[in-house]
Amino acid sequence: MSKTKNLQNPPSVIMTGIGKSFPGVRALNQVDFKLRRGEIHALMGENGAGKSTLVKVLTGVYPMDEGKVRLDGVPVVIRSPQDAQKHGISTVYQEVNLCPNLSVAENLFLGREPRSMGLIDWRKMNLKASELLQKLNISANPTAQLDSYSIAIQQMIAIARAINTECAFLILDEPTSSLDADEVNKIFTLMRQLRDNGVGIIFITHFLEQVYEICDRITVLRNGELVGEYEVDKLSRFELVTKMMGKEIENLSELSVDRDESRFQGEEPIIEARALSSGSKKVAPFDLKMYRGEVVGFSGLLGSGRSELVRTVYGADKPVQGQFFIRGKNVRIRKPLDAMKQGMAYLPEDRKVDGIFPELSVRENIIIALQAKTGMFKRIRRKEMEKYADQYIDLLNIKTANIETPIKSLSGGNQQKVILARWLLTNPEFMILDEPTRGIDVGTKTEIQRLILKLASENKSIAFISSEMDEMIRTCSRMVVMRDRHKVGELTQGNLDQSTIIRTIAGGDNEDGAV
Amino acid sequence: MKMGLFNDRKGPAMLSPSAGKKLLNNRLIFSLLVLMVVVVQNIITTPNFFEITMTNGLLSGYIPNILDEASELIIVTMGMTLVIAASGGVDLSVGPIMAIAASFCGLLLNGSEYRTDVYHSPYFLAILFGLVGAALCGAFNGFLVSRLKIQPMIATLILFTAGRSIAKQITHGQTIYIMNPTYKWLGVQIPGIPIRTTILVSIAIVILVVLLVKLTSLGLYIQSVGINGSAARLVGLNSRVIKFMAFVICGILAGVAGLVSSSSVGSVNSGELGLSIEMDAILAVALGGNNLGGGKFSIAGSVIGAYTIQAITTTLYAMNVRADQLNVFKAIIIIVIIVASSEVFKEKVNRLFRHITKKNVPVGGLSDERQ
Repeated sequence: MSKTKNLQNPPSVIMTGIGKSFPGVRALNQVDFKLRRGEIHALMGENGAGKSTLVKVLTGVYPMDEGKVRLDGVPVVIRSPQDAQKHGISTVYQEVNLCPNLSVAENLFLGREPRSMGLIDWRKMNLKASELLQKLNISANPTAQLDSYSIAIQQMIAIARAINTECAFLILDEPTSSLDADEVNKIFTLMRQLRDNGVGIIFITHFLEQVYEICDRITVLRNGELVGEYEVDKLSRFELVTKMMGKEIENLSELSVDRDESRFQGEEPIIEARALSSGSKKVAPFDLKMYRGEVVGFSGLLGSGRSELVRTVYGADKPVQGQFFIRGKNVRIRKPLDAMKQGMAYLPEDRKVDGIFPELSVRENIIIALQAKTGMFKRIRRKEMEKYADQYIDLLNIKTANIETPIKSLSGGNQQKVILARWLLTNPEFMILDEPTRGIDVGTKTEIQRLILKLASENKSIAFISSEMDEMIRTCSRMVVMRDRHKVGELTQGNLDQSTIIRTIAGGDNEDGAV
Repeated sequence: MKMGLFNDRKGPAMLSPSAGKKLLNNRLIFSLLVLMVVVVQNIITTPNFFEITMTNGLLSGYIPNILDEASELIIVTMGMTLVIAASGGVDLSVGPIMAIAASFCGLLLNGSEYRTDVYHSPYFLAILFGLVGAALCGAFNGFLVSRLKIQPMIATLILFTAGRSIAKQITHGQTIYIMNPTYKWLGVQIPGIPIRTTILVSIAIVILVVLLVKLTSLGLYIQSVGINGSAARLVGLNSRVIKFMAFVICGILAGVAGLVSSSSVGSVNSGELGLSIEMDAILAVALGGNNLGGGKFSIAGSVIGAYTIQAITTTLYAMNVRADQLNVFKAIIIIVIIVASSEVFKEKVNRLFRHITKKNVPVGGLSDERQ
């Protein structure tokens, strides 16, 4: 690897003394940041540390309150993302910001289509597009519709689009958060190629492994302030996490799980599914038993049906066949409210789309599920709502200006905690947590993992989905493995390790090395 | 005590939002401002603006007039607010629903001559019948929107187009004149009460809606469904039922407005009742600072929006603007309000503001103040 080749380049982007405040929050305070050509520079910090704000200041999305930006020694004021592009700074966001119903080429050249005589020159556009794709080793057909490709390819096309605007500096804001390992590798190959061509890349991610795999330098922010800039080789993971958290966190692996499944012998399962299915396009018929006090993991690649399985249990996808028992009683769950009344809770995979009500306050976001459960005519008294909100803000250590703050102004991790609070308030016996730790900082991750184990020890039953296998192995006492919309195995005690899981996910010889 | 608790959590990096900016960000402020300008302008040009006299046992004057004339709009606006919040679309059919409700009422009251000096059915039964008719219209709209997932504007376009014809069929194409003096109780005056009944009815409706929204959790449900339908479903809300209810309530309120309107003129003329009120109602909701895309809403905002529109209209009439010119002036004023409360404009003003303060205050001083 040519990791250190460009490490000695002088900094090209120099931000000094950057300050930025929002109503109620000082997002950045005297932050310095340097980026060199030909390096991949990780910007690390917990949620709310100011990473996104710093990037948005650099790209002109937000005007800064104070500080200076110099590009190759020249002071500049960047007023808008267009302005930033003119200076050669492009951004690719976590969510693909392209038009899914247009072709790949159209997406690449949207707004700057090659023209002849005022009309779009389609031939030239498609030709240029395929050149660009080839140069970057992206296997996509310029004339195919964008959404016919996986998110990873779309992400790469978004990068290609950014590159195409003569960019010298590229900002990647969590481009890998919804990709699987193979797809991440493709993005990394592309990033290395760009780095070797002298592009300076700012890489924002929550995955530590990725930082150590691809980055040259790390800048750590905490609470809107600069902690420091480090070369990757000179900073251990432990030190990095410590700097991000501002305190030494306890070792995660100390979390202990009781994997002894025999303790459930003869007990009545809290939920039991028999050949339950929500249609072959979602999840094939599956059997499932879950007991009080256990955490069951659901693993499998993206699109393997793990989310669809839990959605079917909760009634978010309507079951079309099979039977469902709760506490031994046969019930039909047709919609989420039925499930809630049976003591279930569901934290959805996509917080923004299915979880939060952005304009509503933290208080309203917390009490909404309980209120929906108690009914329209039994309104929870205002005082009680406030009490609940305060209680859970304390309990889960939610950082918010006050309970009437709209949830949209909270950081991702805190939003997730609000949604957890929402469900805890309904006092569920069976909780489904689909990616509760995605896209949130290490500290909050640990807190949530602890919470999961604590809930299990309080005799709740928890279905847990996470893309991070470590996290699941640490917390789950049993693991359901999904492949191609089928439940392909259950791993317990002796089998519950990374290699067995991966083998079961991948299929092949050891397919039913399970219960 | 509470503040201490929060400060703890916030750490030293928090600062209190400046009151000026908060005010500027409040969309309602512009319609309030316009309302104030209109009132001040009236005070200057019309010395007897605040004068209230007693004529024929009724309080009269500019202010009672505005309150009276705005009442139908207020009633309709309440329903429109809920529909917009829940569905992110508008109900275009409120005017025709007014006509239908009044026609049903007239149908029960009238005899063969389309003149009723004597009621053919009890008055209260006729009112009930009219409101049921309006509720059915609302239910029809609600069904199209919540069950068949038709865009509200398109769904309500059906009754917008057909509603007045339906009303005409009910009254056999005739204008019904109702001569019984008790019919005027609802729209003019109940003997012995010196305030016009329209004003009382509109106040009662506003109070009713506020109670409905605040005492039950309908308000929270409507906002949740309007903001994020899929999250609403997952927390156990039935967005279909909630949208349906919003349309039914909107229909019933349009019915009330229709009855009030027909009572105040003492006849049922299905071609004229509530003509083009839907646009004023939508505008009132917008002027009230409500998001026409659905979600959060403010009843108080809508009320102020409706009074603003009516105050503008009344003032323009008082300034001898002809009826055919009226809409031009109204449009100009409304453009100013809408532009002034737009995000882009606010951002510009904010920037200007920052620019000025930055020039006057040394950087160090500013940041000290912030801490």
